[in-house]
Amino acid sequence: MYYAVTIAVLVTMALALTRALIGPTVYDRVLAVNMFGTKTVLLFSVIAFLSGRPDFLDLALAYALINFIGILAVLEFFRSRANKRAEEQRGNPADGGETD
Amino acid sequence: MDIFLNLLSWVLLSAGGVFVLIGGIGALRMPNLYTRMHAASVTDTMGAVLVLTGVMVQAGLTLATIKLGAILIFLLITSPTASYALASAALLAGIKPDAGQAADRTRGS
Repeated sequence: MYYAVTIAVLVTMALALTRALIGPTVYDRVLAVNMFGTKTVLLFSVIAFLSGRPDFLDLALAYALINFIGILAVLEFFRSRANKRAEEQRGNPADGGETD
Repeated sequence: MDIFLNLLSWVLLSAGGVFVLIGGIGALRMPNLYTRMHAASVTDTMGAVLVLTGVMVQAGLTLATIKLGAILIFLLITSPTASYALASAALLAGIKPDAGQAADRTRGS
């Protein structure tokens, strides 16, 4: 029964990777990568019992922490970049208006 | 009792697998960023809860169950936070939800 769940999670990871590759905006890619990380945690915790090695649960816990922090850091980076772009776009037409 | 626990864990695990697959297909095929986020949140909440609970039933009362519970609580706290941060960043970047356009279209026609 672990095999069925493992295969389902692996197929979902493949679908999330496809979305990360074709995603039109950068936020689609971040969403897909976040989903991929959550599915990795699930895959670790199922494989720990599939192979009878509960050590994998520690890896799953650490991966969940790292995934969350990474997604928040990437989102903060993109948000500050979008803010900077918006300010530049707001600044440039004003400069053009003055020269005109 | 053992057969009952095995059956319960099998039902939970297969339901979790089905929810994870549904969320994956939805995240690939939905038309819009926010609808895709809606589909992905199915796997983050329902799929994760069902799969981890099924594995916890299989593990019994051991240290592994406590670790799985910690993973489950952590996922339940962080995945709405990440979804909220993603939606807020996308909205601030100017990606509009499609519902407004659909409402305008119906109002215009």
